[in-house]
Amino acid sequence: MTRVSAFVESIGVLGPGLRDWPHAARVLADPAGWTRARTVLPPPDGLPSAERRRTGPAVRVALAVGHEAAAASGRDAATLATVFTSSGGDGHNCHAICETLAGDDRQLSPTRFHNAVHNAPAGYWSIATRAMAASNVLCAHDGSFAAGLLDSLCQVAIDATPTLLIAFDTDYPSPMREVRPIPDAFGVAMVLTPDAGPGALARVDVRLTDAPATVLAAPALEQLRREIPAARALPLLAALAARRPASVVLDYLHDTRVAVDVVP
Amino acid sequence: MKPLLLAHFTATSCAGRGLDALLAALRAGRGGLARCAFERAALDTWIGAVAGVDAQPMRADLRDFDCRNNRLAQIGFTEDDFAARVDHAVARFGAARVGVFVGTSTAGILETERAYRRRDPQSGALPAGFRYAQTHNPYSPAAFVRAYFGLRGPAMAVSTACSSGAKAFASARRMLDAGLIDAAVVGGVDSLCLTTLYGFNSLELLSRAPCRPFDVARDGISIGEAAAFALVERAPARPADDAILLVGIGESSDAHHMSSPHPEGLGARVAIEQALASAGVDAAEVDYINLHGTATPTNDAAESRALAALFDGTPCSSTKGATGHTLGAAGALEAVIAALALREQLLPAGINTTHVDPALSLAVDYVLTSRDARVRTVLSNSFGFGGTNCSLVLGRVRS
Repeated sequence: MTRVSAFVESIGVLGPGLRDWPHAARVLADPAGWTRARTVLPPPDGLPSAERRRTGPAVRVALAVGHEAAAASGRDAATLATVFTSSGGDGHNCHAICETLAGDDRQLSPTRFHNAVHNAPAGYWSIATRAMAASNVLCAHDGSFAAGLLDSLCQVAIDATPTLLIAFDTDYPSPMREVRPIPDAFGVAMVLTPDAGPGALARVDVRLTDAPATVLAAPALEQLRREIPAARALPLLAALAARRPASVVLDYLHDTRVAVDVVP
Repeated sequence: MKPLLLAHFTATSCAGRGLDALLAALRAGRGGLARCAFERAALDTWIGAVAGVDAQPMRADLRDFDCRNNRLAQIGFTEDDFAARVDHAVARFGAARVGVFVGTSTAGILETERAYRRRDPQSGALPAGFRYAQTHNPYSPAAFVRAYFGLRGPAMAVSTACSSGAKAFASARRMLDAGLIDAAVVGGVDSLCLTTLYGFNSLELLSRAPCRPFDVARDGISIGEAAAFALVERAPARPADDAILLVGIGESSDAHHMSSPHPEGLGARVAIEQALASAGVDAAEVDYINLHGTATPTNDAAESRALAALFDGTPCSSTKGATGHTLGAAGALEAVIAALALREQLLPAGINTTHVDPALSLAVDYVLTSRDARVRTVLSNSFGFGGTNCSLVLGRVRS
């Protein structure tokens, strides 16, 4: 079975009751101490104020975890290739556009429209960090994290390009929420590199599998994993937080999943 | 980079269903743009609609995927024996070793726009039968490709606005090189919807006439729709003489503005330079450039500045005058046109353009009438909102 490998150099996390990676690592190691609370989205760093005002939750969660991971790696964010992956765009923005288009006056605002593109967070990220490197933007519905992990690992392994993976999701308002019930925002970012730097957390060896996905022992965290597609990364984050060799399987497509061997 | 083989390819747009129709249109300088009469779009603009999409029945076992975007994709599969060639690849490599990489900007959002007009007056709920995952979600066209061909390999949608269809090839290439798959269905499908029509209207980027890329009087885009796909494999050590290869890919970001290109075309230039470098070819070896050429004043100016830094007299054209700007499918559609230019030894004209803007054509030869030529290496540019850039270099085997 073909494997693709990279080193995880740093991590960023933001989610319901999860402030950052050090906090999330503690929660994953000791779930009893976790209180789920609405995700707090900080204003995005690095953008001019006019641009900052135009950003919605998708941009905010993506930039927050991206900045955390880039800073923790000690690398200049401008030098990192990026892979963004999300099961949907900005749900509130999408809802507003569909409401407007269903009405009699169908004129949209330019900001609404450019925030509707799936790569809006990638565009804002490149403006905020002045990164001119390659930037990919993916979607694989509930398997979007695994799709992003595969694409970024291939980029690291094949082209030896240090790559920042940013996976995130945000909620839809009603009535979209009834058909796509994502309850809150969650984001995770990882700097993945071809060589083991001094601060590398672990090597990850990834292959495709049809084995079932790893579930989390703590019911509340398992519920989060199931509710938000980007949180399908949690079994990998738990393995990285434990700093012990581990093998986990992440959800991807209905008949194909991603097995990750974590080697600290 | 290691070259990839475009083992088979197909395209459907307003310029024709399948390669024969597209080629005939390109040779004759014919296009498919018409005055906009789409849905509830009350806009004074021209669009490139594929005729008969609504009448296309979905395959019975795939009715959950029913929407304009997937109907358009399905039309694409039925042209040029594409489906038979994918089936052959499945038989050869196994369903789990064939990946799917589909570029799209709006997927089947038209279905959601329609659903919002049929909300329950009391509860506001969307109508029963609205299927988010199979129509609205950006992954839906990739899921449809996978279901249509019974594939079990990795799959993803690439959604980087108007570079999506080109960047799908970049993701496929990485996964083929990594050995996770042996073949890939790669392409783009994007279909007309009110979101893009009213969205580009809000930015005052829609032309009131058929779009005129690189013309001195260019005044905006004409939105089109397309399904374009290639069956891609690692190139064999000794490809056949008539093989069409993807030999170079360059990707970059502008880091400048969400909806305007870098004024000097800096990001575009980086993508072109990387594509040429990864192909190991000099700019002087490029025989034809299929431009991004959207026909907005600023886009074409930025692209021309990127070209001026690298080229000298290279034949080029934007085929968006014939097809419209097919957004997330454009990169794939124009990769197929690049492949056709190589296969047919043809320089396709950029139609609708009559007076090439002298400020844009300093470094290039804008092709106004299709002509035969020796075509060994082609560059195809795709740039998009958010400052996302992707250039592909396609080539024939050198003798």
